[in-house]
Amino acid sequence: MKITVRYFASIREALDFGSEVIETDATNVSELREQLMLRSPLHAQALAIDRVIRVAVNQNLVNMDHPIEPASEVAFFPPVTGG
Amino acid sequence: MCYSVVIQEKDFDVSQEMALLRALDCGVGAICSFVGTVRDRNEGAQVSSMELEHYPGMTEKSIEAMIESAFKRFDILGARVIHRVGLLQPLDQIVLVLVTSAHRGQSFQACEYLMDYLKTQAPFWKKEIAPSGARWVDARVSDDQALERWGIVSQNS
Repeated sequence: MKITVRYFASIREALDFGSEVIETDATNVSELREQLMLRSPLHAQALAIDRVIRVAVNQNLVNMDHPIEPASEVAFFPPVTGG
Repeated sequence: MCYSVVIQEKDFDVSQEMALLRALDCGVGAICSFVGTVRDRNEGAQVSSMELEHYPGMTEKSIEAMIESAFKRFDILGARVIHRVGLLQPLDQIVLVLVTSAHRGQSFQACEYLMDYLKTQAPFWKKEIAPSGARWVDARVSDDQALERWGIVSQNS
């Protein structure tokens, strides 16, 4: 299935781009993160397991076990710091 | 229930926003406001400017959901949130939360609740620019604890 992956703040900067459309068979966020980390050394670093990362699926904050469906928009970003 | 959320680069005028919000309902007897501003230092380090990034679409949606939960929890009449993005300087206004109610107690509480919620759940990121270089601001455990006072588990930091 095809999905859109978006990156923000320090993760976007580390990758040097803000989004990509990918083909994946990942069933949940955690599997997707592992697959993305294999795409390049930059991905591996930006999404490293020891980094605190928050995830949104279709613009809702979710946990790592959240399912992924075709055409989803999945966003990876660091803890938020607005206000 | 009347509320609005705006994400913008430009500054806002607090008294004008207050006048507009309270004019919507003649039952308003209290209006509570919070304004967050850019400081020229953070954790001892000098800050010369600040850049704010957000997730367009999700930002508005998440703040609207927070406001709807505030309407369920508190007896309030109206709310408006304005959050700026882009490049900001020390002393600049960053965020405005306005809440109206019949009596002060509910708007005081709802205003604090919305800010506690926004700090840890709305997709904004601050980058501080200092003479020594730029750095992304770290999330604070104390902000998670602030939201937990309302019985909401936050795992941001």
